Amino acid sequence: MAHAYTPGLKVIPCTLLKKKRVLPIPGKVLVDLGREVEASDIVAQTELPGKVYPVNVANRLSVAPDEIKNFMVKGEGDTVTKGEIIAENKPFVKWFKTAIESPVAGTIESISTITGQVMLREPPKILPLPAYIKGKVVEVHEGFGVTVETEGTFIQGIFGVGGETSGEIEVAVKTPAEDLAPEAVKDIHRGKILIGGRHAGLSTIKKAVATGVKALVVGGIHDRDLRELMGYDIGVAVTGTEKLGITLIITEGFGSIPMAEYTFKLLASRNGEKASVSGATQIRAGVMRPEIIVPGYPRNVTECKKEQGRGWIEPGDPVRMIREPYFGVIGTVKALPPELTVIGSESHARVLEVELAAGEVIMVPRANIEMLEK
Amino acid sequence: MSDKDLEVIVATDCGSTTTKAILIEKKGDTYRQTFRGEAPTTVEAPFEDVTKGVLNSITEVEELSGRRLLDGEKIITPNEGNTGADIYVSTSSAGGGLQMMVAGAVKAMTGESAQRCALGAGAIVMDVLASNDGRADHEKIERIRQLRPDMMLLSGGTDGGTITHIVELAQFLKAADPKPRLGASYKLPVIFAGNNKAQQQIKDILGDRTALIITENIRPSLERENLMPARHKIHDIFLEHVMQQAPGYPRLMKMVGAPIMPTPAAVGMMTEKFAKAKNFNVLAVDIGGATTDVFSVFSGVFNRTVSANLGMSYSISNVMAETGLANILRWLPFDVDEQDLRNRLKNKMIRPTTIPQTIEDLQIEHAVAREALRLAFDQHKSLAVGLKGVQQERSISDAFEQTASGQSLINLMRLDYVIGSGGILAHSPRRTQSMLMMIDAYQLEGVTRMAVDSIFMMPHLGVLAQISEKAALDVFYNDCLVRMGTCLAPRGLAKEGQLIMEWEVKVPGEKNLSGELRFGDIIHLPLEAASAKLTAKPVKGFDMGAGSGSRVEADIEGGVAGLVLDGRGRPFELPKARAKRMDVLNKWYKAMEMYPG
Repeated sequence: MAHAYTPGLKVIPCTLLKKKRVLPIPGKVLVDLGREVEASDIVAQTELPGKVYPVNVANRLSVAPDEIKNFMVKGEGDTVTKGEIIAENKPFVKWFKTAIESPVAGTIESISTITGQVMLREPPKILPLPAYIKGKVVEVHEGFGVTVETEGTFIQGIFGVGGETSGEIEVAVKTPAEDLAPEAVKDIHRGKILIGGRHAGLSTIKKAVATGVKALVVGGIHDRDLRELMGYDIGVAVTGTEKLGITLIITEGFGSIPMAEYTFKLLASRNGEKASVSGATQIRAGVMRPEIIVPGYPRNVTECKKEQGRGWIEPGDPVRMIREPYFGVIGTVKALPPELTVIGSESHARVLEVELAAGEVIMVPRANIEMLEK
Repeated sequence: MSDKDLEVIVATDCGSTTTKAILIEKKGDTYRQTFRGEAPTTVEAPFEDVTKGVLNSITEVEELSGRRLLDGEKIITPNEGNTGADIYVSTSSAGGGLQMMVAGAVKAMTGESAQRCALGAGAIVMDVLASNDGRADHEKIERIRQLRPDMMLLSGGTDGGTITHIVELAQFLKAADPKPRLGASYKLPVIFAGNNKAQQQIKDILGDRTALIITENIRPSLERENLMPARHKIHDIFLEHVMQQAPGYPRLMKMVGAPIMPTPAAVGMMTEKFAKAKNFNVLAVDIGGATTDVFSVFSGVFNRTVSANLGMSYSISNVMAETGLANILRWLPFDVDEQDLRNRLKNKMIRPTTIPQTIEDLQIEHAVAREALRLAFDQHKSLAVGLKGVQQERSISDAFEQTASGQSLINLMRLDYVIGSGGILAHSPRRTQSMLMMIDAYQLEGVTRMAVDSIFMMPHLGVLAQISEKAALDVFYNDCLVRMGTCLAPRGLAKEGQLIMEWEVKVPGEKNLSGELRFGDIIHLPLEAASAKLTAKPVKGFDMGAGSGSRVEADIEGGVAGLVLDGRGRPFELPKARAKRMDVLNKWYKAMEMYPG
């Protein structure tokens, strides 16, 4: 049977998930193998070295670099407070005395007799690493972190902004085709993962931020609103570190696009349950999509799916068009003709025939569809 | 391996979006590219292994050629009858390419040399640090901490000169303790290519914190640049450290019969070989999904720049951010709602492998491409300055002049040949689309021959040139370059409709072509002949390369698009008024037969 490779986002009611949680630099692992952890538990932590401030003592005292040790009041490894004198000269006339104060609180890291620079380092900052998902520690990466495993619902979005967070899922619309209006965001949604339908405008997103909603998941947003929210245009899709006061995930794309029914129903089936959410997106090497993870089985599911999606498409599969002129339209694959076909732009491309709900059959480049879960 | 043993070659290029495979076979005395296949690059889940895309693309070649090349996941070597290949080679730009940070003592001297060295090796330069780069010292340290390059090139000072600046930079580097981009557990490779008298101090400072490699100074004296030893080290480290960390690359490295090259380094190699063989001034561009590379050879001097975030898919939104919506909209002969355009471009960014299905969508991509090409070319012009490239001589006064005036080596009037590659130029449904996109973006002047690398074969051929230069050049001339034709664009300005040039083209064995060019018009004529003689007589105030009003005779070539006489003047500006702009765009696109209808 004909089939074609196609990327698709994962929307799985229940699957075995493993999350590798590692520090950016070596540190200390705080949990043991086999331990059950909550999403907010700290599993590892490290000290991020403090910022470094160079001070050119030789220049400031007008002495040669190899002489500066004679004028240092503090030595390598000494702690200093902000404004404390670290070096001074000893002139015969007191008026000509020059004293150099430390611009920061920290320690003297090094004194160079080649350059005449003194390096001061601020105290280290503690970097805690939370488990992010509720589950069991199944692997310890010595000095770096752990792998946490859980069985649960796994939904990938297409794009997100904002980092990791967690909270209870709250579906705020009745259908996946309904827009999330600002009035629909209420005080009771504080701390929640709010699920909208087709679209959320800037006023809705702002209201959600003001209300203290942890994360907002909708079908689409307008790029113009995102720009307003961020204060700049996102040039390349590398996100996750934004400090917007909310994590925002879109499941379908930019514009006003109903959330896929399957995704919406799955999220609705986990209404009221605690989820872990990340908006981090990286559409380059090591591709990362935003995600929603709800540990545990949905009510009607008794067994976890073992297969991770087959990665290709066959006749009968439901698909969504992801480019104009059919952007957002859903249909079923009818045929996968192998030969190159001339499309509307006059390009030669591999295509597939898609049957729409009304029975109409359209021709679409294979590159312009996305597989949907049955 | 000798050419005698080399009869069947498989080559792939793993791009950030697509992996492309080609089959090259020796037919008589000449190598020809015979079949090609492509597949999406598989760095994304569920595969996260670049070799899957490689195997998929080779499978397509197998299916089309009937030659069995794969035994499971292995390439069959050597070739026997209708099975196997003698060698498999590959380039790669997937995984974000090679990302480097460079440092030099003085920004316009060793800083610039270090930048050219890294760019020539095929790297993306994330930042250039220098003692006089205008940033406070703590800002430099913070910048080193933030960026996570694949490797760093540290230069500074002439041999035997002062060591203070370079030691200071090394101390900043040590204090910042930077981490490599891929894999937190290995040390960041740092290449030191600065003052040879500072080597011991650099070892003492960085020896235990980084994977330090010491090589020859890239600027042994103010008058001399020596980039090759450091470039070789960059390639070595790219293979030994960086590639080992990327998904699936350790497996790919075991499959190839020659070292994997960064894609831009391979394209640069082919550009240089072509320019040298023909004695041309050449401009080559590769516009990809994430980045746009520009290569130039002027008077034998090679330069390369890469615009890391100007591309047609992953970076399409950044083109919009950098140039502004108005500059994209100005190329469209129809109205588009701003919100709709923004959403479309963002949707391309988040689903980078989709392709335009309608003419309108295609025209939007062509508009973005013009801007990406233009911005990347501007960056190229600003770096391809003063120096004479890899091994060059210049006096101190030249160096000062360079920083003061920033004289670019790029002279459009002296440019002989433009080669376009990358999906948007090479896969355009009509060749005239690629031709006008490049004419618009570069504002070509005088007489310029133009070609496209139809299936983006320059990377494959560049890496193949390591094994067999003959095979690479054979395929380059016969199968890679698709001649588009020649652009004739007089420099000068006049009133619309005014006569600006008379011209005549003599084609051997065919009827001569001749006519007049009026200001504001584009004339597009079919011309397929590989060579023809042009006589152009611009009116006073217009220049075709010999000065205002001076007659020019030149060899030109025809091709799949033909002859384009661009009478829009230089410098070229689009009308500001919307209606007028749309009128002229429609007129020009119609003259070029760019779009149906």
